[in-house]
Amino acid sequence: MSTISEKILAEKSGKKNVEAGEIVEAEVDYVMLNDVTGLPAFEVFEEFQTKPKKEKIVLIPDHYVPNKDVASAEQAKAMRVFAEKYGIKNYFEIGKGGVCHQLMIEEGFVTPGRLIIGADSHTCSYGALGAFATGVGSTEAAAVMATGRLWFKVPETQKYTIEGKLGKYVMGKDIILTIIGDIGVDGALYKTMEFYGTAISSLPLSDRITIANMAIEAGGKAGIIPADEKVFDYLNGRVKGTYKAVYSDPDAAYSEKLEYNAEEIVPTVAKPFLPENTAPASELGSIEIDQAYLGSCTNGRIEDLRMAAEILKGKRIKEGVRMIVVPASKAVFEQAMEEGLLKVFMDADAYVAGPTCGACLGGYMGVLAKGEVCVSSTNRNFVGRMGDKESKVYLASPAVVAASALTGRITDPNELR
Amino acid sequence: MNKKIKGRVWRFGDNIDTDQIIPAKYLVTGDPKELGKHAFENVRPGFYKEARVGDVIVAGRNFGCGSSREHAPRALMGVGIACVVAESFARIFYRNSINIGLPVVECVVEAEDGEVVEIDFEGGLIRNQVTGKEYGFHSLPEFLLKLIDSGGLIAYVRKQLKK
Repeated sequence: MSTISEKILAEKSGKKNVEAGEIVEAEVDYVMLNDVTGLPAFEVFEEFQTKPKKEKIVLIPDHYVPNKDVASAEQAKAMRVFAEKYGIKNYFEIGKGGVCHQLMIEEGFVTPGRLIIGADSHTCSYGALGAFATGVGSTEAAAVMATGRLWFKVPETQKYTIEGKLGKYVMGKDIILTIIGDIGVDGALYKTMEFYGTAISSLPLSDRITIANMAIEAGGKAGIIPADEKVFDYLNGRVKGTYKAVYSDPDAAYSEKLEYNAEEIVPTVAKPFLPENTAPASELGSIEIDQAYLGSCTNGRIEDLRMAAEILKGKRIKEGVRMIVVPASKAVFEQAMEEGLLKVFMDADAYVAGPTCGACLGGYMGVLAKGEVCVSSTNRNFVGRMGDKESKVYLASPAVVAASALTGRITDPNELR
Repeated sequence: MNKKIKGRVWRFGDNIDTDQIIPAKYLVTGDPKELGKHAFENVRPGFYKEARVGDVIVAGRNFGCGSSREHAPRALMGVGIACVVAESFARIFYRNSINIGLPVVECVVEAEDGEVVEIDFEGGLIRNQVTGKEYGFHSLPEFLLKLIDSGGLIAYVRKQLKK
């Protein structure tokens, strides 16, 4: 009678059962910090005057590295110094790492059944492998570094079922944007979203990560997809430690149940200035773009790059438009190089850069000028998110981003077939 | 935490996101005073200059959605905001606020810019001094009150470490 969230939080707090609404103090498996949220957490941690639970800590500089300016260099340095001071092994210098959530998954920290927190809102990505993972603030991350434990309110869970076969060029991004467009940016507030159905089980892990990643854009605490053979195969050879998959009971209590027909889901775009502001890409053909951005924890994986390369191969980006491609990790970058994808992008005149979060949050490496429009495979399109307050971000799948780069306007890739 | 406060209202709508509260380009410090200088810079230019210590934010649904950046409630504290009242909060913003000691209240309140509201945390009551209307709210769960009573998460953790 329990959901995945209830089972994991019960197990980690040493209880037989817990119910939605209850507050528990639970043992956390890993706490992840990045270079932006790290510094405030390290300052708080030092106030505790204790030794850290170093085997639980993962430090990944990714937001403003390679350092964008002196201030960000100081932040990145603070993380490096903290790792050295306490002998924290799981620190990933640029050149070894990449975007934190991609790396957490690649490096085998994330498994079914684990409880992971991160000082970054997109920590919910790890639910794609059946973990309970959620974003927290810096002070909380510091508390976990000191004690290994944190308080959680056991969330209610919503059950989403997506049945059927997805159409050509329809990706995980389109599923989650469709859902957010439907329920709104607070449609899953405080809750876990669990995802089921043949459309989900047929998706590669990459697209599932995109879906779990954007649960936060509906206000969700976690986005969880029950683990299956694809997850077990992925973890084989990379997982750290052992794990046990956890599943909801057939009679688990859900706060809501929503069903979608996969065949009705089309390439979807979220217009400025909220992820809920969705429309079919095919209806936005009059929106001209200045920049197309492919990357981020949401859509910077090898499968995303393959999709974009398939569309761009042998073609050139529209004159007057720029495209930026940022693989989410070193491993993705290398794989893309070996498969010849980087050559495809460069032949199309796209700019290819090493892993960083940079442009997604308007930091650097692709910031927008006043009035500019970007179609982006990232996760947020708030006012000023990627640059000037009068710039605009349209969120879309890698397929739509690539197709739009070719035409210079928002384009459903099916239009180019 | 004071049991009762009185403050001038800054009215905001629904879905006020963390990029509006503190644009990401300023995330190169954790200092509340520094961050406060850029609070709401893009959407409410002049907020930093006009806001006074003790002012209150009254907002709609899903306040603080988006990033996990603790810089958002820190920026509001840096400006001197005494409490954020909203119909609902994004969960990470809500936790962050409690953990760093910024009072947050879930309540639907009708109040416009410049009006003054009284907030009685113990009695669970908000009164708009201009309209005279009153609005009740539920107090926090016991565990969170205990957390706040022990002086926030930092003090709570210190106590745990001593055990």
